[in-house]
Amino acid sequence: MTALLEVKGLKVQVEDNEILHGLDLTVNDGEIHAIMGPNGSGKSTLSHVIAGKPGYDVTGGEILFKGEDLLEMEPDERAAKGVFLAFQYPMEIPGVATMTFLRTALNAQRKARGESEFSTPDFLKKVKEVSARLGIPQDMLKRGVNVGFSGGEKKRNEVLQMALFEPSLCILDEMDSGLDIDALRIAADGVNALRAKNRSMIVITHYQRLLNYIVPDFVHVMSKGRVVTSGGKELALELEKSGYAQFEDKAA
Amino acid sequence: MPAVQETVDRVRQIDVDQYRYGFETQIESEKAARGLTEDTVRFISAKKNEPAWMLEWRLEAFRRWQTMEEPTWARVDYPKIDYQDLYYYAAPKKKKEIASLDEIDPEILKTYEKLGIPLREVEVLEGVVRKDEDGNVVSERRVAVDAVFDSVSVATTFQAELKKAGVIFMPISEAIREHPDLVKKYLGSVVPTSDNFFATLNSAVFSDGSFVYIPPGVRCPMELSTYFRINERNTGQFERTLIIADKGAYVSYLEGCTAPQRDENQLHAAVVELVAHDDAEIKYSTVQNWYPGNSEGKGGIYNFVTKRGDCRGANSKISWTQVETGSAITWKYPSCILRGDNSRGEFYSIAISNGFQQVDSGTKMIHLGKNTTSRIISKGIAAGKSQNTYRGLVTAHRKATGARNFTACDSLLIGDQCGAHTVPYIEAKNSSTQFEHEATTSKISEDMLFYCVQRGLSQEEAIALVVNGFVRDVLQQLPMEFAVEAQKLISISLEGSVG
Amino acid sequence: MNVALVKSTEQPYGELFAEARGRLPGDGLVASARKAAFDDFAARGLPHRRIEEWKYTDLRALLRTVAPLAPSPEKAALARAAVAVKALGIDGTQKFVLVDGVFVPQLSDVNGLEKGVSVRTLRDALEDKDNAVRADLLRTTVASDAMISLNAALATDGMVIDVADGVTLTKPLHIVHVATSSETSHVTRSLVKIGKGAKATLVESFAAADGAKAYQAHDSIVVWLGDDAALEHVRLMEDALDAANITTGIFTLGARTRLNSFGLTRGGAVSRYQGFITFAGEGSELATNGVNLLGNRRLGDTTLVVDHTVPNCVSREVFRAVLDDQAHSVFQGRIIVRQIAQKTDGKMMTRALLLSDECEADNKPELEIFADDVACGHGATAGAIDEELLFYLRARGLPEKEAQGLLIAAFVGEAIESIVDDGLRDIAISTAERWLAARG
Repeated sequence: MTALLEVKGLKVQVEDNEILHGLDLTVNDGEIHAIMGPNGSGKSTLSHVIAGKPGYDVTGGEILFKGEDLLEMEPDERAAKGVFLAFQYPMEIPGVATMTFLRTALNAQRKARGESEFSTPDFLKKVKEVSARLGIPQDMLKRGVNVGFSGGEKKRNEVLQMALFEPSLCILDEMDSGLDIDALRIAADGVNALRAKNRSMIVITHYQRLLNYIVPDFVHVMSKGRVVTSGGKELALELEKSGYAQFEDKAA
Repeated sequence: MPAVQETVDRVRQIDVDQYRYGFETQIESEKAARGLTEDTVRFISAKKNEPAWMLEWRLEAFRRWQTMEEPTWARVDYPKIDYQDLYYYAAPKKKKEIASLDEIDPEILKTYEKLGIPLREVEVLEGVVRKDEDGNVVSERRVAVDAVFDSVSVATTFQAELKKAGVIFMPISEAIREHPDLVKKYLGSVVPTSDNFFATLNSAVFSDGSFVYIPPGVRCPMELSTYFRINERNTGQFERTLIIADKGAYVSYLEGCTAPQRDENQLHAAVVELVAHDDAEIKYSTVQNWYPGNSEGKGGIYNFVTKRGDCRGANSKISWTQVETGSAITWKYPSCILRGDNSRGEFYSIAISNGFQQVDSGTKMIHLGKNTTSRIISKGIAAGKSQNTYRGLVTAHRKATGARNFTACDSLLIGDQCGAHTVPYIEAKNSSTQFEHEATTSKISEDMLFYCVQRGLSQEEAIALVVNGFVRDVLQQLPMEFAVEAQKLISISLEGSVG
Repeated sequence: MNVALVKSTEQPYGELFAEARGRLPGDGLVASARKAAFDDFAARGLPHRRIEEWKYTDLRALLRTVAPLAPSPEKAALARAAVAVKALGIDGTQKFVLVDGVFVPQLSDVNGLEKGVSVRTLRDALEDKDNAVRADLLRTTVASDAMISLNAALATDGMVIDVADGVTLTKPLHIVHVATSSETSHVTRSLVKIGKGAKATLVESFAAADGAKAYQAHDSIVVWLGDDAALEHVRLMEDALDAANITTGIFTLGARTRLNSFGLTRGGAVSRYQGFITFAGEGSELATNGVNLLGNRRLGDTTLVVDHTVPNCVSREVFRAVLDDQAHSVFQGRIIVRQIAQKTDGKMMTRALLLSDECEADNKPELEIFADDVACGHGATAGAIDEELLFYLRARGLPEKEAQGLLIAAFVGEAIESIVDDGLRDIAISTAERWLAARG
């Protein structure tokens, strides 16, 4: 069975600085992987490189997604193939109504996959369904994308998109940053509702707390651009107790 | 009522004639004959013992000037200047070469003491603490002062210490004699003689100013400063300043001026050129309070200055900070040419106009290199019957990729007899430019004033508080000593409405 | 000023005027007014970059050839014009069509004028000997420059529209300018009076018929709003790539009036719209929104002067330019607040989006303020599409071109949203979409 995501020996530079020094990671169907690590360990870099954000130079290694060379694809191609990055700081896009944005993006992805585009009534129905589940009021969807949304509302909007686009791989980039307990619980519930045999997740976080809500199958610790140790969910609890310092040494 | 009527009346009643620095020093002066001819230029050059190449440079400028026309596009109105009706050189008569400060005419020294300028180098070095009449400590700052008195630099302090650091700080007339190669290399390289009418005039008849050279890697150990005043009747002051910071060097330069009361208008057409090489930084601060004219708008200084900085090297930085409160007419646009990649230009300005003053001032940021940035913060305060215009140019050349600018110009109007105008030119010529500009014009909020007054401040104190808040971002840019003087100056210029 | 230089470039215009004046409508007082206007133009010469208001649009360099006045259009031209009018896709308006500067009743809606509207052509008005002040139809007091004078000297036709007091029109009044002839110029001038308490919508369209190249359109429109009147004004320009369009708009607002003005232009070889809006009565509101969509080598210059001469008025100006290829956008917006105009609230925002490395956006938002109890401000930005936003959209599956399109549409959207009439707004939106789609 081909793994969903295979990262092999990934080396990444940003402006002459090497951030990732040969990173390996394998994610199979239906698995939830947590990636933890201190600031500067390269967690966000990894998520950005998988999504295809410009500004990162891949100087070595490869990324295979469903057996295909992901690095050869444009960001929108990757989205159509099933990669979804939930941004740490989702952007505000004034002048672009959320509904319009959602429909345009969804149809673009479907078109790229050779699927038929959603008719407007069908689309509206789907959005209503999904947004109701997440407790997102309809009039919010008429506003510009994320315009005037609080931190929690922005994250919920990301989860709404996840539910709509039905990606195979969800990368949650520090989903808990800036959220209070209630907002976190709502977002986490939304994510958990999307667990499926054919959907995997990479949960990137600093703090163990999020992993109480989104329980991972595997936990990896990153330090200085490498995965230094991997384990099960107990690893996260251990980290909580003893901190990252012990793993810093391993990376050195 | 817009501004509270009492406030407006008070401001109008400013006893502008009681200009704080309005006094004259009775000393003998040596003057060139009235008028401007080739002979005047030769006279000036001879008086300064200049080498032949310098005289030639001046003459070329003079001949060019004779073919040029005075510019009329600025929003300022003044009676036509008769350039032949002025004296172009006045120096206090010197009996012999000055070997030490003791030999300088004591009248002159007294004048500078009145202005609060420390010429007493020894006292300062010893850390002697001076007190004024009230027993308050007059803090001594480590400022090397080159005092220019009516066209000639009178003394330069702290020479020894600067010499140790390799810093050259001397009157430009001296530099022409002692460092001709440096002067020849840089003079006119930022403001060419042909640049504009007043710069050309200056190139022909400049008499003195500061020359500063900071060698590579040196951080100038103290702030450098020049004070000057225009004393003689009908003399135009044409000082010329040239500051060069070599690779990795840093210098902070302060310019401050005062002038005595006069009936006839006096012309001030200075040229300041700054050159910053790779990784160098020049900080140029001005606190200016030229005589603004009496309560009828008569007299007062005409200030037509050309100031320009060339960020020649990569990662270089030049910042202009100014507090302008005087002059009958102000026409100046301290500018930065952002030539070197990653270079940065900054312009911070407070321009206050009262009475019948007219200010047309601003800056030009010219983005040429790659990834250059510029920042402009301009605060204009107009009161009385004055006109206060900000005129700015921000332009990115086609090849200037990654150019960034942020500009904020705010104007405050006190009373409805004055005008505040903003005229920005913003030119973007490639897609990686990011220019942001914002401007507001308003008056002092009645609510704000009432709040202060309700808490016990007088109307004037309240206005002073609000105005100081309005200009805070700029005041913060000034070297500390200057900031204190600047705050005092702001209060004085709005006297009648501030306590 | 170098008088010799002025003479040599303006000589051809002198010939043009001498040749045409006999055919231009109106004699006697009107003819003298024309002569005075032409003398003024000749004295000033074509505006060039040393004239402050024309700094970025040097007509002396850009209008090198003097195009003779277009002949009256004959059948074939009218047929092409009809196609162009249809292609505008604007239905339900009261159309007045001017082809090559001449009013064409066959293509216009001369019947079914709503009650309270009276319309005549400028030609008729100028030749009406019973109208003692007909020469005033050519006079402009609010502003003066060479192009305003040239327009007054050579205006061949236009619409003179009067909407009576208290009338509310249901159909928009629509002045359509179509060019069919190449390398000629046509000069028009229209005057619109909206009576006290009246409400109307005025649309102006500029279009080129198939095959019309390198023409010059010189237009002016003078609008008065009586007290308590309201006007929606939409101006849509789609001139030929190599055409010149120089238009002056003069608006005088009475008390408690509302003017909502929108302009969309795709530019031309030279395109300049200069609007002079004067608040002459207290308590009025102005909203002016403009969009320049410029590609190729097009130049689009929008110059606005909003003059608050009385207290308590509100003005809002929003301007957006999107530039591609080697296009050049100019926005000059001056807000003047006179000494007695206390409690003025004037704001302006101009933003330029540069999509290529060879385009140029010049912004000059100006404030001239003589009153102190005011709240005035302006903002200007110029830059490229936000990379972060672009990535966000792409990461959601939108291909680059589409993502860019969405962001550009959002960029101009704020200005287009200001159009109140649904039909007209849709036209503006689809025009913008077409421009975006046509980008290679």
